[in-house]
Amino acid sequence: MGRYSVFAIAREAFRDHSGWTRAWGNPAPKKRYDAIIIGAGGHGLATAYYLGKNHGLKNVAILEKGWLGGGNTGRNTTIIRSNYLQDPSAAIYEKARGLYEDLSQELNYNVMFSPRGVLMLAQTEHEIRGYKRTAYANALQGVSTEFVGPKRVKELCPIMEIRGPRYPVLGALWQPRGGTARHDAVAWGYARKCSEMGMDVIQQCEVTGVRTERGKVVGVSTTKGDIECAKLGIVVAGHSGHVADMAGFRLPIDSVALQALVSEPVKPCMDVVVMANTVHGYMSQSDKGEMVIGGGTDGFNNYTQRGSFHHIEETVRALCETFPMISRLKMLRQWGGIVDITGDRSPILSKTPVEGVFINCGWGTGGFKAIPGSGWGFAELMAKGESPLTAEFGLDRFREGRFIDESVAAGVAH
Amino acid sequence: MSHRLSSGGRLINRANPVSFAFNGRTMRGFEGDTLASALLGEDQMLMGRSFKYHRPRGVVASGAEEPNALVGLGRDHSYEPNARATTTELFEGLEAETQNHWPSLEFDIGAINARLSRFLPAGFYYKMFLWPRSFWKHVYEPFIRESAGLGKPPKRRDKDHYEHFNVTTDVLVVGGGIAGLTAAMAAGEAGSQVLLVEQTAHWGGRAPVDGPQIDDMAPNAWVTQVVSALQAMPNVEMRNRCMGAGVYDHGYALLSERISDHAPDKAGPRQRLWKVRAAQIITATGAIERPLSFAGNDLPGVMLASAVRDYIVNFGVAPGKRTVVVTNNDDAYRTALTLKAAGLEVPAILDAREDATGALDEDARAAGIRVITGRGIASVIGKGRVEVVHVCAQDSDGADYEAIEADCVAMSGGWSPVVHLWSHAGGKLTWDEADAHFRPDPDRAPKGASGEVFVRTAGTASGALTTEDALVDANRTGQAAAMALGHKARGPAPRAEPESRQVTAPIWLMPENAPYEKRAKSWLDFQNDVKVSDVELAAQEGYESVEHTKRYTTLGMATDQGKLSNINGLAVLAKSLGVAIPDVGTTTFRPPYTPVPLGAISGEAQGALFQPIRKTPIHDWHEANGAHFEPVGQWRRPYAFPKSGESVEDAVAREVTTTRQSVGLLDASTLGKLIVKGPDAGRFLDMLYTNMMSTLKVGKCRYGLMCSENGFLIDDGVVARIDEHTWLCHTTSGGADSIHGAMEEWLQTEWWDWKVYVANVTEQFAQIGVVGPKAREVLDAVSASFDLSKDGLPFMGWVEGSLGGIPARVFRISFSGELSYEIAVPANHGRAFWDMMLEAGNPHGITPYGTEALHIMRAEKGFIMIGDETDGTVIPQDLGLNWAISKKKDDYLGKRAQMRSHMTDPLRWKLVGLETLDGSVLPDGAYAVDEGDTVNGQRNTQGRVTSSYHSPTLGRGIAMGLVERGPDRMGEVVNFPALDGSPQEARIVSPVFYDPDGEKQNV
Ligand SMILES: Cc1cc2nc3c(=O)[nH]c(=O)nc-3n(C[C@H](O)[C@H](O)[C@H](O)COP(=O)(O)OP(=O)(O)OC[C@H]3O[C@@H](n4cnc5c(N)ncnc54)[C@H](O)[C@@H]3O)c2cc1C
Repeated sequence: MGRYSVFAIAREAFRDHSGWTRAWGNPAPKKRYDAIIIGAGGHGLATAYYLGKNHGLKNVAILEKGWLGGGNTGRNTTIIRSNYLQDPSAAIYEKARGLYEDLSQELNYNVMFSPRGVLMLAQTEHEIRGYKRTAYANALQGVSTEFVGPKRVKELCPIMEIRGPRYPVLGALWQPRGGTARHDAVAWGYARKCSEMGMDVIQQCEVTGVRTERGKVVGVSTTKGDIECAKLGIVVAGHSGHVADMAGFRLPIDSVALQALVSEPVKPCMDVVVMANTVHGYMSQSDKGEMVIGGGTDGFNNYTQRGSFHHIEETVRALCETFPMISRLKMLRQWGGIVDITGDRSPILSKTPVEGVFINCGWGTGGFKAIPGSGWGFAELMAKGESPLTAEFGLDRFREGRFIDESVAAGVAH
Repeated sequence: MSHRLSSGGRLINRANPVSFAFNGRTMRGFEGDTLASALLGEDQMLMGRSFKYHRPRGVVASGAEEPNALVGLGRDHSYEPNARATTTELFEGLEAETQNHWPSLEFDIGAINARLSRFLPAGFYYKMFLWPRSFWKHVYEPFIRESAGLGKPPKRRDKDHYEHFNVTTDVLVVGGGIAGLTAAMAAGEAGSQVLLVEQTAHWGGRAPVDGPQIDDMAPNAWVTQVVSALQAMPNVEMRNRCMGAGVYDHGYALLSERISDHAPDKAGPRQRLWKVRAAQIITATGAIERPLSFAGNDLPGVMLASAVRDYIVNFGVAPGKRTVVVTNNDDAYRTALTLKAAGLEVPAILDAREDATGALDEDARAAGIRVITGRGIASVIGKGRVEVVHVCAQDSDGADYEAIEADCVAMSGGWSPVVHLWSHAGGKLTWDEADAHFRPDPDRAPKGASGEVFVRTAGTASGALTTEDALVDANRTGQAAAMALGHKARGPAPRAEPESRQVTAPIWLMPENAPYEKRAKSWLDFQNDVKVSDVELAAQEGYESVEHTKRYTTLGMATDQGKLSNINGLAVLAKSLGVAIPDVGTTTFRPPYTPVPLGAISGEAQGALFQPIRKTPIHDWHEANGAHFEPVGQWRRPYAFPKSGESVEDAVAREVTTTRQSVGLLDASTLGKLIVKGPDAGRFLDMLYTNMMSTLKVGKCRYGLMCSENGFLIDDGVVARIDEHTWLCHTTSGGADSIHGAMEEWLQTEWWDWKVYVANVTEQFAQIGVVGPKAREVLDAVSASFDLSKDGLPFMGWVEGSLGGIPARVFRISFSGELSYEIAVPANHGRAFWDMMLEAGNPHGITPYGTEALHIMRAEKGFIMIGDETDGTVIPQDLGLNWAISKKKDDYLGKRAQMRSHMTDPLRWKLVGLETLDGSVLPDGAYAVDEGDTVNGQRNTQGRVTSSYHSPTLGRGIAMGLVERGPDRMGEVVNFPALDGSPQEARIVSPVFYDPDGEKQNV
């Protein structure tokens, strides 16, 4: 697998691009792996990558029932920020954000991390207080954020209507090094590196059973046959409940549809990411020029990857109110993903009742931003049995009542 | 050269010329033209620039599938980017400008990308721009963003408005071609209620251009007759300019109707979004012709064969003077015949199939057209427009066979049924070998909750490509939909002459063995500049899943959503992977079918109508008296009432002081008021509140706390018992609706057999607080039907009767620590009562006060505020509210949760008061630091400020906070550093700063 660079492009340009090799392999499953990761989304692939890179564990397979990156990793609105309120959250999201800064170079794959800045609007007195509190928390967590006034908001995002009339913008929490990245590239970049390390990324391979002996995992059954393993990481987002069931334990997770949409592309008009919780909507502009808009979650559980239209309507309404110039732009495409939501809306990175089985899920509406940090911490947990990044995110917290609740900091959690 | 023909054009009215502006130049067309047809009539084939390479592009299609001819329409408040010229109806004064070029359409600097295209293959940006790191954000990305995008973003607020319709119908028929008309007629005749919609301004679809006779009539005449018959049916409603945008679960469909886009002076909304619940949905959406891939197929002048005939027949416009027809199926022969009939030259039909023996083929030969079989296009050459067509053998590598001069190429790669709406709701497709297309698989239709089919297809959309088959299929589908609804349907389908057809050859690339340099010039996705070589590269690099290919190459992701490119792309991918097309599968079809304005989705609810402003009965007085408002949910509440010349802070201080010293008046009407009634109401409230409500005596009030199942405090308020079976629960202003919802949820899902009824009467009452040492004197000044004395109405009691002649309930409760009455009167008496109190209080200098004074006074007393002291992670025990938790009850919501180990941890942060050493105000939200760092390198913390104010009463800053083991650490000093890290010290004190023994409220 050759290195990517401008020189490689130039070389290939003169031989009709015939020299490019596969980004990742297409292997058949081996009989046995040291570790198997179920789910080739961002979190699963990042976990495998750091297992190899940080812990030298390379006899690893990542099993994907569809195509890699085709779950929520390939459906999200790509907002990256780490301005979380609670310490354990800020730690893992900031770790991730920091890793994103160098990820393109690390993976030799341009994931287009664009630290263009994230504005979270305060439109009520209550929100002002909430965001000021977050700014205080962030200062002690080593996350750089700032509460800014309406004038600065308007400077950072001129297309915004800050005077209301219904909900004037009173200020915003500004994280200058938050931003966006190219979602597919994150999955593809990690997959390519995993493959390069000798790991097997096996697509079209659905796990249909988890095999245990005396309370310990010994392997999985898949649509491509049985595979043995010493350790198993379940990283399947919206399908977590389903796969946990195969391993014989239950999870405090609801699976619901979350939707997003894009407009037709236009020339650059918005350089930052804006999230507005009071009116409930958020928007950024992709490098292609599309306005990328995220909506709310459905009020009922389902697996169809299609959401209810009225959520789209509510979000678009809120954004037309906040950005009146978008009214004559057209919605090009809308879609949904099934997100995995826990009782405290924070993720689960944990050992499980089955020895050797680990679970990473519950990222819900906002886990894209966490991919590198989650992979880093979860790999450590799988390799060593513990990790400071994941320590607070264990399953036992629900039994103990030790919640990590972020809903206070953001109504819209992306 | 493109030009207007001297006759013909069934949709235009030559008697009515229309002038319009294109890039500032005045041009002319006719009423009935589209912008695209009018431009062709003016020999303006060049209509845009492509996305990636900025290649010059002409119009390719004649409808919604157009990828190239995108323009900016209008200006300022009515400017719309990325409008398709092919579906834009011409009107007098229309202004259009082309997009994505600089400085001009004819000369575009960005076209340098085309020259560099060998360096810019699919996914090039993933492989470069890696170094130096900071360059991505500051250099590369801005450059990419600037050259990407299409139209300019609007700058102004939209001048138009939009509306929504909500309708239900038995049968929704999408598509007003002959199949849609037939299906609508079949369902309508059976007695079903039918809504029939068509995206264009005309009924009949393609049949008037292509079709044979139907029921012995010319297709045009047949359409006219059926349309008027349908219009006469009371159970059928028809709308044109109305596009079926999306189909969702449970028969929910979205339609997008254009009302005044073609007539901007028309009054009313610009567009209308229809939200339809249909028991049965029929998609009669026809089919779209596919392009063919050959080198130079993106040159202006290369068009779909069907579009060429549309322009001639519908608009009397000839795209070219000399047109080469190239095809893999019979249909394009019609174009050749149409061209011939219009007096235009057709130097050749290149049929890639080895032999052509159909009826159309005979007609073509009879018309004197040269038909060459087994041939394809080696390349099309020209400077900005087709000039020469190089012909080769299809099964070759492109060796030149002959060069034909031409200014237009009409291509046909076969037809693909429009399956979008079918697929939106989960309908599956099957591959049809004979016609080389995916069509809906009727055995795997979208199904409703009880397994019933709710989407069906009719006509060409089903894959029935001849008129005869389409009519039979449409009649059957219309009847099936009606019968699914229990209606009786019968009657034969309209008859059309049979047509003989030969198979469509599955030919996707010309010539079959085209070398790389040709494949790198054979476009699949015109707008996004995806070529055959790009899809092949994706396959070579392992992006094998169609979704990977699509995302890696951006195939099908342009504004036309791949209507022309998807199937061809799949075919190329399948060939590269050496698998059959159906094994590659399609990408997911996502709504909307064609783009819908965001304004239309948002509807009327914009500006002042965005969300209702809830107003208390006293709101007008607040407004008239200079209230400084703050939004609280959908309410606007007065924050303070500054007098002229007074600052908001001074007003707050004055309001607090006056209230504490004399009397203040509060509009508390936003407070939630829920009536809970029924034989089981007491039992129900005992479960909802942490304390005991069933034992409350009639005439008494009790402060109550409500927790979530997880034990966290979610709301608080005073509960009054009205009678044996009735309680009135006050909630926070913000909690009224959610607590009402939560009560309903418990009653409907868990305790459905309990006899309890809940009513939200928040807006039925105005609630006014008369607060302060002089409060009783103020009330005594008006006549009361009850005793308001200290013993007559003791603290936490309530009475009902008349006060100043107004029916009233008086609650003696206090959120300020002062002697205080809250008086509820029917909402329509609210303003009168407020005025009466102002007058009665005048001798005492009564002052209205706002939410900030309210907050300060409660903080001075150490009363908690939901949302300040609580944030979804705090339990009552943290707040020293154990006294409000019943020990006697077996259960209440949250009880079990509050017994969990972390909830009883002695190290929990608990409520205390905080005083800075210098009397300054601690910042809200600041954290108290502790020694050392966390495992993740964050500063350790041991508490935080939950509320902080300047207390006018005490003349210093006061704060409440949650601190680790706080109540055990009275007098200790802790550090709440400022954002810059500088220390801010505060002493832990009791949270009750004022009147600790509660003497004031008990007078
Ligand atoms: C509309 C939308 C917008 C969002 N916006 C944002 C945002 O702006 N910012 C942000 O940070 N986050 C956002 N998110 C959330 C984010 O997308 C997810 O949290 C994150 O991508 C989850 O990654 P994952 O790897 O855990 O899951 P996924 O990417 O879903 O991967 C799980 C994989 O497991 C596979 N799998 C499941 N079952 C099996 C099985 N039995 N065998 C084998 N494989 C299996 C699935 O096919 C899938 O590929 C959004 C989500 C959605 C839906």
